[in-house]
Amino acid sequence: MSSTASPQTSASPLPAPLHIALVGNPNCGKTSLFNQLTGSRQKVANYAGVTVERKEGFFTTPGGRAIRVLDLPGAYSLDSTSPDEDVTRDVCLGRHRSEPQPQMLVAVISATNLRLHLRFLLELKQLGLPVIVALNMMDEARRNGLRIDVAGLQADLGMPIVPVISLNRIGVIPLLQALDLSLPAPPSALPAGIDFHMEVRRLLAAHVVDPSTGTDRLTDRLDRLFLHPIWGPVVLLIVLFVMFQTVFAWAQPLMDGLDSGISTFGQIVLKPLPDGVLRSLLADGVIAGAGTVIVFLPQILILFLWILALEESGYLPRAAFLLDRLMALAGLSGRSFIPLLSSFACAIPGIMAARTIQNPRDRLVTILIAPLMTCSARLPVYTLLIGAFVPHHTVLGILGLQGLVLFGLYAVAIVSGVIAARVMTRGVKSEEHPLLLELPPYRRPNLKSLTLGLWQRAVMFLSRVGTIIVSLNVLLWALSSFPLPPAGAPGAAIDYSLAGRIGHLMQWVFAPIGFNWQICVSLIPGLAAREVAVSSLATVYAIGATDDGAADKLLPLLSTQWSMATAFSLLAWYVYAPQCISTLAVMRRETGSIKTVLWAAAYLFGLAYLAAFLTYHITRAITGIA
Amino acid sequence: MLYLDTLPKGGHAVIEKIEQRAPLDPIATRLGELGFVPGEPVQVVATGPMGRDPIAVRLGTSRFALRRGEAARVGLRAVS
Repeated sequence: MSSTASPQTSASPLPAPLHIALVGNPNCGKTSLFNQLTGSRQKVANYAGVTVERKEGFFTTPGGRAIRVLDLPGAYSLDSTSPDEDVTRDVCLGRHRSEPQPQMLVAVISATNLRLHLRFLLELKQLGLPVIVALNMMDEARRNGLRIDVAGLQADLGMPIVPVISLNRIGVIPLLQALDLSLPAPPSALPAGIDFHMEVRRLLAAHVVDPSTGTDRLTDRLDRLFLHPIWGPVVLLIVLFVMFQTVFAWAQPLMDGLDSGISTFGQIVLKPLPDGVLRSLLADGVIAGAGTVIVFLPQILILFLWILALEESGYLPRAAFLLDRLMALAGLSGRSFIPLLSSFACAIPGIMAARTIQNPRDRLVTILIAPLMTCSARLPVYTLLIGAFVPHHTVLGILGLQGLVLFGLYAVAIVSGVIAARVMTRGVKSEEHPLLLELPPYRRPNLKSLTLGLWQRAVMFLSRVGTIIVSLNVLLWALSSFPLPPAGAPGAAIDYSLAGRIGHLMQWVFAPIGFNWQICVSLIPGLAAREVAVSSLATVYAIGATDDGAADKLLPLLSTQWSMATAFSLLAWYVYAPQCISTLAVMRRETGSIKTVLWAAAYLFGLAYLAAFLTYHITRAITGIA
Repeated sequence: MLYLDTLPKGGHAVIEKIEQRAPLDPIATRLGELGFVPGEPVQVVATGPMGRDPIAVRLGTSRFALRRGEAARVGLRAVS
């Protein structure tokens, strides 16, 4: 900026904000501190070229200083072992391609885990940057009986220390006040080659009194249950069961409410419009397209609420511990569990969560099987087809047949994922897969963090609906409406449209697995977002979707027009098919290799075709339809 | 020598050394960065539900889950 070079003249522009970065170990409370400082003024994106989440926020100190703050990924050391630690190292060292070196670091350390966190702090001390130390969780440390001589430690380290409690607004005021002061001088570096552990031990001996060895009794007690060889897995099963139950049960009333809200909205908007192209575009293209997808927002948010809460509470690493052995059967480690669990909501955050896996091959295999974990976008399709073709019977007195089929679809997908991973990792024995996972102390999830996390997910989902999904539905509407049939032509109008012709062409490939041309057409927009397939079928079958829920009208129609073999074949196809361009795009960005993506798409399409082919022919043989 | 992978559940010991499996063994380096250094007391707090792998250990105020292969790099001496 040229204006900063010239001396202050009349109306001086606002000074550029101070650029700081939060750095610290995983589980130091860095992210909750970031949320307290910035509130909702944050931007979540990715670092260029990698899918490490980049979180940036803005705030103003009480004294009026504007600050831009970057929340760097948690790291144990600048000697990095994973892609997100790479980002932290590069930014701190000023080596990052697109991110300038911060003017100051705020090093976040937890008072409850000083031995580990001080070591990383000493690495940061060597960088020659100004550092403010935010000493977090002082309240918890005090409860554990820890006494820290903050003034003495501060003098010894040569860096200002500010005690904070990142869980509430008041707890971060000392840090805000410290940020109002002029920047501290960079600390003088320790002599090269010094043993950081010896230095940490010296610091602890000199400044910390720890009568109870500072251990957290509650965590010890909970771990005795949660890590127990028998009760641990039982608790995990209950947690997962309750989680998936609530995703369906709690979401239903909300979904019904949204559904009727959208219908009402559609009727109000469409009422004044005359019949014609514009009305058709709005009704069948925009409102039907967006509406059928928006209703799934509650399900997706409830699933994310669970995952965020489990993550914040410290339980997820315990689940990874319990499942490590099981994951080893698939040739992976417990670290892959967290990304795979997230993939049940959506493969995109799942693939992104794989960045915490250090072993490159484990990370790749996790990414490749993540699309097999049944994402929430498949639910609309499953729900529709099961509703239409599986009788509403009960089995063994209590279990609904429809629910069992749904469970079976999930189970088949998981088993396939395990087998696929096993095949991909076969023969590679020499390499070790480190687990080396920290089990952080249990914490009550912070309401503010949960709310912010859910808000960000909701915005991401709705902007996806507003952009990709609506534009694809409009495109499909156009394809299936034009060219118009000649006057007085027999048959449905769509038979004459471009979509109809494309569908008939695709049948060459899909007829052997029992797909009719209407299914073929609906597969195309399904590539952008699987859930669109339902609204596409509605469009193709020329149902006025806005009147009263497309799905309700489709159901009886499908059960009369399709054979059971066709329906089951489509279900099998949906278990495997990589029909989601966004997932493939994230894979491409994550692995940096188009070859991997093509390979993934090929193997998943191959599996889908094979599974659908077998399902189709076996069902036909059983039901006896020639 | 006693190694961390053979320490029974509930057992206490003090770390004697970290062995490198290869020159610049990244796992040994990371163990060091996580605080597995000579002189630190460790305790095995849990073993996995199947085949007793992995194990969970307490190291000072932190807790870690690790596989036996990783734990086998940590040489111990008995507490007096």
